[in-house]
Amino acid sequence: MARPQLKQIGEYCWQIEPFGKMRVPGIIFADHNLINDIDEKTMSQVCNVAALPGIVKASFAMPDAHMGYGFPIGGVAAFDPDDGGVISGGGVGFDIACGVRTLHTGLSEEEISGLRERLAESLFRDIPAGVGSTGNITLSTVQLDNMLAGGAVWAVEKGFGTKEDLSFIEEGGFAKGANPAKVSPQAKKRQQEQMGTLGSGNHYLEVQKVVEIYDNAVAEGFGLKKGDIMVSIHCGSRGLGHQIGTDYLREMASQAASFGIDLPDRELASVPVNSPLGQDYLGAMRSGINCALANRQILTELVRRVFAEIFSKAHLTMLYDVSHNTAKVEEHKVEGKSKNLLIHRKGATRSFGPGSNDLPPRYKSFGQPVLIGGTMGTSSYILAGTNQSESLAFSSACHGAGRSMSRTAATKKWQGSQIVKELAQRKIIIKSRSMRGLAEEAPDAYKNVSAVVEATANAGLAKKVAKLLPMICVKG
Amino acid sequence: MWEHFAHQADIGVRATAEDLSSAFEETALALTAIVTEPKKVEAAESVKIECSGKNEELLLVNWLSSVIYEMDVRKMLFGRFEVKIENLKLSAKMWGEKINQNRHCPAVEPKAVTYNQLSVKNENGKWTIQCVIDV
Repeated sequence: MARPQLKQIGEYCWQIEPFGKMRVPGIIFADHNLINDIDEKTMSQVCNVAALPGIVKASFAMPDAHMGYGFPIGGVAAFDPDDGGVISGGGVGFDIACGVRTLHTGLSEEEISGLRERLAESLFRDIPAGVGSTGNITLSTVQLDNMLAGGAVWAVEKGFGTKEDLSFIEEGGFAKGANPAKVSPQAKKRQQEQMGTLGSGNHYLEVQKVVEIYDNAVAEGFGLKKGDIMVSIHCGSRGLGHQIGTDYLREMASQAASFGIDLPDRELASVPVNSPLGQDYLGAMRSGINCALANRQILTELVRRVFAEIFSKAHLTMLYDVSHNTAKVEEHKVEGKSKNLLIHRKGATRSFGPGSNDLPPRYKSFGQPVLIGGTMGTSSYILAGTNQSESLAFSSACHGAGRSMSRTAATKKWQGSQIVKELAQRKIIIKSRSMRGLAEEAPDAYKNVSAVVEATANAGLAKKVAKLLPMICVKG
Repeated sequence: MWEHFAHQADIGVRATAEDLSSAFEETALALTAIVTEPKKVEAAESVKIECSGKNEELLLVNWLSSVIYEMDVRKMLFGRFEVKIENLKLSAKMWGEKINQNRHCPAVEPKAVTYNQLSVKNENGKWTIQCVIDV
């Protein structure tokens, strides 16, 4: 289809008027440059989501939006279960609850400066990363079900981390309503040896330093100051999530028609939230969320052990953990009335403003930390949720830079070894087992993360708190 | 013959062949090539797969999903495939070995098969089949 007609309705907000089968408008948050970068395929994905039953208000795209499959990546959509609203496997994607966790280390740049190479080597040695890597934990079927029901709470009970960690994770460390019985034996088998692994592709573990503070009060509230050394972990629910997605997409795509749902794209695979299959998927997908939370909790413990070996002074505490591929039941205001809606965020971060009940007491007056991952060579950002975000896009913000170039094009343009050299000149240590994997993840294959963050902040979806630069990156 | 095609976030696999079974074999090679060069994979062990689909497109999704599952669970790569398709029922044998980090330098892990740009076409006696793999 041709690029749909866009109407600018705010300085950082563009609307696609409903046409064809669209039930609601499409709304894209971006600046002039970013909106021009969003191609027609991504726009048509925004329009396709707008055609799904029970969608409320609009089909949203964040400033990092790019082409996904079914939903765009950077897509947000709310569905009303009482109004025939759907749940979409494609609206969550295969990497269920992929997300970012950021940790304080209690260390300054000076304290790690002479030991950076050793730290990089130790992290690379002890954090399982890349294709085919396995963790040191093999779970029995019963243990796996307990993990799927308990998430990070289960991991803490097993000795990975502390109870204090849990209040700094969405929903206190586990998704309620998980139903491990609705996860296939194949999905469980894929996970058996994959607990505590990073995965590959755009997943990473980074040691970063805080280089800029934009909002002193919120930064202080989050415990951040210039020069602080942080660790960020970007990964998800591993083989289990991928298989849940595979299993349920197949079922949803085949059952959609029986509910009278005309799918504009098979990948949008949806059924009513209140159907048996919808409820089964919800139970399985929440198990996937718990798997991702347990995985990031185990990795946190592995990182703590590495730091403790090298730095006696290190004290790794949680800043926050937030997922960006989820569907969650949340209470939101629609035309002045509170409603429980199912919010799909596919490559988008929840962004609750100050006062939200889900926030840990320490952050209550500041808003939720929104963790934005950059690329190997560029900055990451810490933002805070705003109250305005609620009315703009059901409390959502961007999730990262967003790719601007395909992997196939990136490998033709760059070589992994050349990227390692260039980043070394900027004192960024890269550890990876695959040079081609590095080329695919070249920093310039992504949109400008700073522009994405600027547009997100200017649109009012979240506010800027701090900027982080990478020092060590272990690529998955 | 297989090739990769560009997708903004992921990787497309496409194969052309004179019969459908060969095209299916080629797409699996394209899948392996996302991770490493298929030529580098030794035929040390064999694994059998059986699957079916309501139509040829869904059969393709189920076939590549099954290969991804075996790769992930066995920590293996596969470099040779023999596929037979009759009445939308597929039986296959594939040969490969455990992933060797040093020799294979695996680039990225295929997570799942998407329905994006999924098609199975026969034009002038030649099959062209394709889909996008989430990595």
